[in-house]
Amino acid sequence: MLRQRTRRTGRTRRAAAALTALAGVVLLATGCGVTRGPQTADDLTMLIPNSPGGGYDQTGRTAIAVMENADISPGSFEVTNVIGAGGSVAMTRLMNADGDERTMMTAGLGVVGSLYSFGAPYKLDDATPLAQLIEDQEGVLVPADSPFKTIDDLVAAWEKDPDSVVIGGGSSPGGPDHLFPMQLATAVGVDPRELRYVVYDGGGPLTTALLGNKIDVGFSGVGEFEGPLSSGELRLLAVSGEERLEGEGISESPTLTEAGIDLVFTNWRGVFAPPGISDERRDELIAMLEEMHDTPEWKQALEDNGWIDEFKTGDEFTTFLQEQDERVATTLEELDLL
Amino acid sequence: MDNLGLLMDGFGAVLTPENLLYAVIGVLLGTFVGVLPGIGPAMAVALLLPVTYGLEPISAFIMFAGIYYGGMYGGSTTAILLNTPGESASVMTALEGNLMARAGRAAQALATAAIGSFIAGTIGTLLVVFFAPALASVAVEIGAPTYFALMVLAMVMVTSVLGGSPLRGFIALFLGLTIGLVGLDLNTGQSRLSFDQPLLADRIDVVVVAVGIFALGEALWVAAHLRRSPAHVIPVGRPWMSRSDLKRSWGPWLRGTAYGFPFGALPAGGAEIPTFLSYITEKRIAARKGHDDFGKGAIEGVAGPEAANNASAAGTFVPLLALGLPVTATSAVMLAALQGYGIEPGPGLMTDQPELVWALLASLLIGNVLLLVLNLPLAPLWAKLLRIPRPQLYAGILFFAALGAYAANLQAFDLFLLLLLGLLGLMMRRFALPVLPLILGVILGPLMEFRLREAMAISGGDVSALWSEPLAIVIYVVVSIAVVAPFAVRRLRPTPAAVAADQSLTTDNVHTEEKVR
Repeated sequence: MLRQRTRRTGRTRRAAAALTALAGVVLLATGCGVTRGPQTADDLTMLIPNSPGGGYDQTGRTAIAVMENADISPGSFEVTNVIGAGGSVAMTRLMNADGDERTMMTAGLGVVGSLYSFGAPYKLDDATPLAQLIEDQEGVLVPADSPFKTIDDLVAAWEKDPDSVVIGGGSSPGGPDHLFPMQLATAVGVDPRELRYVVYDGGGPLTTALLGNKIDVGFSGVGEFEGPLSSGELRLLAVSGEERLEGEGISESPTLTEAGIDLVFTNWRGVFAPPGISDERRDELIAMLEEMHDTPEWKQALEDNGWIDEFKTGDEFTTFLQEQDERVATTLEELDLL
Repeated sequence: MDNLGLLMDGFGAVLTPENLLYAVIGVLLGTFVGVLPGIGPAMAVALLLPVTYGLEPISAFIMFAGIYYGGMYGGSTTAILLNTPGESASVMTALEGNLMARAGRAAQALATAAIGSFIAGTIGTLLVVFFAPALASVAVEIGAPTYFALMVLAMVMVTSVLGGSPLRGFIALFLGLTIGLVGLDLNTGQSRLSFDQPLLADRIDVVVVAVGIFALGEALWVAAHLRRSPAHVIPVGRPWMSRSDLKRSWGPWLRGTAYGFPFGALPAGGAEIPTFLSYITEKRIAARKGHDDFGKGAIEGVAGPEAANNASAAGTFVPLLALGLPVTATSAVMLAALQGYGIEPGPGLMTDQPELVWALLASLLIGNVLLLVLNLPLAPLWAKLLRIPRPQLYAGILFFAALGAYAANLQAFDLFLLLLLGLLGLMMRRFALPVLPLILGVILGPLMEFRLREAMAISGGDVSALWSEPLAIVIYVVVSIAVVAPFAVRRLRPTPAAVAADQSLTTDNVHTEEKVR
């Protein structure tokens, strides 16, 4: 009896040790994502409003890597992905960090829309806007055998019967891929409420739908479609920015303004600080981002990621934000989504 | 046969002692990270990807292949041992796998999962080798109507796992469908059942539901009965698969592969439907053969879904390589990895960079072999984890479940949700509601809704769009036959055998309930 008990406890102990070891590995592995807060006075925290690998994550982490490698930031960065409600959860955390001079957040157009869709009680410019870092152009995409050869063909079809053209995008209402066609319709005098917009869960499913001719036109960030555009499976009718883009199957596509449509629409990302920080600190952080923007590493990163260099700070950025916010609100109101 | 020659060249490039070492390290790392709670294959690959940077492309591939398969298998290990599936694709594995583990057959469950993964992964990868470009062009033609038809098929199948009491089964199913409704409606941006909680607006993660209902509910149930029931330690059992285990696993492995691969190759196929279909098929076949121990830990219920899961994972390489389309979270991470190694997936890939593609495919096959070689001996070791006495074991499970739920999003709110779902799981056990229909409701409901909405949005509300694709019609015919046939057969010739089979089919969930009590 006694022997049996000893053996059992021995086994138990070994198993318990194994479990403890396993738990140790878990903590080690997950620890890297857990917020610990800055360790020294110079360290900073960067909030990212979506999951690792997403757009905000790429932009935020790239900027941090450049700042750390070039010794621009006095301390090191702690990156925290605060996932939820299209960025509203991260925004709430930023707003609650009122006066915290060591926290920043990456955000952009998608967050502006989400704050409305999720009914958040604040706007992006209620925080302290620091700088816009990059811009991404949206494109108007059709399958190779589409009857739409130019953007005018699409506009003509819309004018005849908006409901006859099935369009799709990779974001839900309020997101960039939804706002873009709606604003385009308004710009050409078509009622955006008449459009037949199908929601896809990101660029992958949208490409599938286009390749299989399930929808007529897709609206999404051009960067994700470089493959099918260069192979000629998809055609780019127009790009949404101020200038044409580079690339095979891309550079021959006109901007909307070139095609005679008065609309410039871009998806953008930038960096924000919590509300209530001192003006000196705000200027310090902006200076840091400016210095980052001037490095060759950042230029390289822009090129690697296909981002457009569109850097704005201070009042210029704040004005831009207010205008963006207004446009999003107007579009959503027109669609009766607010 | 040209492809075979190219594949052999791929092997030639990959098979060096140094590369094999990288593969071994990759498999071990992948398995250990994949075993961690809350870390599914996508997360495991994303976490470990930086390890492969700085290696030669070929070495990086093979290590990556090891991490990938290791991560997949690691996820099944926790599903079987602790009843905490790390992703929706291993929910089905957890069902019978954990029952087997609790009956002292953890080693067999892990072994059949490993061999099943190996067979499905190998067949799947070979199919990718020979058919990827051809399959891809067919696959994009399949649209929302067909996917919706598949969901209807799956929903009809759900009714066969409702358990002994259809009323309780439907209550559980509708609970699941309701949980699946929570969150922002993707099409209109309206919140549903979210009670103004921004975190609920994000929908409830299937993994949190599964872990809450399975692991937490079970732990609470056991805790509630700890004093009244004798504290028996889980029997140790034999370390290896017996001949009859092998005999019972063969069919499910192959059938699971047959289900999984086509779904994986579809741009919106996923692994949930094939694992579920495989589970149902094996249950029915077992019932027909008269040795149905589903609900008590049937090895077929692990072998089939696990093979389906892996075949589907291999199938995702079809759209990934041939079209550059990442269709699952894991393949999105892989796409980024491939681009990092200088592979630009797309229609031109097979002709532009053949040596890299063939090296990758050869790496996947080698990674698969190594997974089997390394993990088969480990299965009995993992199984020993269950010898921990129940109070400590369940405390450990609670700890891991909580850690897993938290690690997924780093939100304390998820812990609260987990606890709430755990209490729901406890109540369901108390009132003998089967948990399987609930989980299926959570998984299938949103998928079905999304496909229906997509089809309707494209057609502008015209219902006839639902049968506008030939494949959809075929599926509806199958569904009608499946619904009508049992009644017709029973009316035509009510043989005693058929009656017996039907009875065992409807009573086996009662076994589960009895066992839990």
